[in-house]
Amino acid sequence: MSDDIVRYVRQARDAGDPGALAAPIPYARFMGIGARLVDGELLGTMTFGEQLVGNTALPALHGGTLGALLESTAIFQILWEAQTVVLPKTINLTVEYLRSGKPVDTWAKGTITRLGRRVANVRAEAWQEDRGRPIAIASAHFLIVPVEEPAT
Amino acid sequence: MSDSDPNDRAAVVTRLAELNRTFSQVVPHNRALGLEMVELTDSAARVRLPWRADLVGNPATGVLHGGVITALMDACCGAAVFMALPRPRPIATLDLRIDYLMPAAPHEVVLARAECYKVTRNVAFVRGVAYHDDESRLIASAAGAFMLGTKRGSRRSEAAGE
Repeated sequence: MSDDIVRYVRQARDAGDPGALAAPIPYARFMGIGARLVDGELLGTMTFGEQLVGNTALPALHGGTLGALLESTAIFQILWEAQTVVLPKTINLTVEYLRSGKPVDTWAKGTITRLGRRVANVRAEAWQEDRGRPIAIASAHFLIVPVEEPAT
Repeated sequence: MSDSDPNDRAAVVTRLAELNRTFSQVVPHNRALGLEMVELTDSAARVRLPWRADLVGNPATGVLHGGVITALMDACCGAAVFMALPRPRPIATLDLRIDYLMPAAPHEVVLARAECYKVTRNVAFVRGVAYHDDESRLIASAAGAFMLGTKRGSRRSEAAGE
């Protein structure tokens, strides 16, 4: 398992295409979640699909889908920035919902606020048309194992 | 809910049936995940999530992605809030915190239970767990706050001035 992750992360970095980070994850395909470099910045993306809708009357994205995008984007950021031999394990995640998610594509940015030996603290925010008006933000902790250390 | 007044009881049964239908059929993401409402009581809900290969987060282990658990808890917590309200009102998740206690076991059904333990004029507070079999095998615990009476159910419509 570690080998697979290392291989995918290396491929993604060598190719300068973080899309390979999401490609092997079945759930990412189901959700339309991916990772892209935009002007040198790693962004998470969630392509709109009917399966993401939580409220058909508005319509609005299901809150869970925004949590999923924020968590995934945070993990992509750790894989991209930090050396890790295993998939980061989410310890916990707090999502704040700021605005209704429209039935359009959603973007997200993860920022590692602290990278320790065992834990990474990450903040992430998601937006749609206007980056200045985030629709949801999250803070999360992840267990990581640096590449120098054995994965126990 | 009291069963003393047959009219009340009929209203409750109607509301339960309506909520169940809304939850499983009308909410596309709940349907896409295969979520099933299995129990609704006064201020609590129980939801079932069968394991599926396309919901896996780590293909090497078959463990479900955390996002699936987040969506499950959001849906279950929202249903619990609905049950706790004296009359149906639109609600919107203000925040939701999930602690991941253990990876969900591959090929096993995940259950979620949520309880709305406090309702104020504007806000409802809810907590819940995701687990296998019985609640001795906990996968996640959740705590959230929901805004009540939002305009057409939009998130933070009042606060955002929209």
